[in-house]
Amino acid sequence: MAAATIRLQREPFDTAAETAALTSGRTDIGAVVAFTGICRGSEDGAPIAALTLEHYPGMAEAEIARHVEEAQSRWALLGVTVIHRYGRIEPGEPIVLVLTASSHRQDAFAAAEFLMDFLKTRAPFWKQVDAAGATTWVEAKQSDDSAAERWQNPPGRRDAAE
Amino acid sequence: MKLLYFAWVRERVGKPQEDVELPASVATVGDLMAWLAKRGDEYAHAFENPKIIRAAIDRAHVRPETAIAGAREIAFFPPMTGG
Repeated sequence: MAAATIRLQREPFDTAAETAALTSGRTDIGAVVAFTGICRGSEDGAPIAALTLEHYPGMAEAEIARHVEEAQSRWALLGVTVIHRYGRIEPGEPIVLVLTASSHRQDAFAAAEFLMDFLKTRAPFWKQVDAAGATTWVEAKQSDDSAAERWQNPPGRRDAAE
Repeated sequence: MKLLYFAWVRERVGKPQEDVELPASVATVGDLMAWLAKRGDEYAHAFENPKIIRAAIDRAHVRPETAIAGAREIAFFPPMTGG
């Protein structure tokens, strides 16, 4: 099973540097998918000053690791990196990075989408919006639950499930 | 038993964690939420709608019917909004 890098951090990350670290010295990798989630400058049409992400230390890492292991068992991955930030994040800054590497693109695309769907609904992070001097907790979206549920049955590759 | 609270559950309870002595009648996660809700106004507010509260035992997601016997750490929090 390919090695995985999982990090939680306050600081921003550099997608290009993380991609280079994943692929450096490798000639077996033919595809890397990079997903970066970025803080939008508005929520429901209203401008925001920042997001603050709270997380459950220990469980967040464990939950991400469980889903990375599942992705590695479902697709032929040659490397995975997941970085999730916490603390205050301003519009335009990155929040989350998922990198998946494989020899052909299908596995990397599917695994990256799978990991993001589960990060949204299962990883213990909570977003608080700071807007107009007040803070409010972001409510979970049914569409995120639906996105995660489509991976449940039947097990296996997404292209076989559709 | 160590209890942890996150996000608005933490805000409503007014503390991030605490140690509690549980009566033997509290057997499941759902029992624990019902017991907590009776501990005061702040707990009643936090657990007023237990259907939407999520729980974890020893850092893994669990359901309301899960038994709490043997748990070291139980966490309560709203639906997650990361990613």
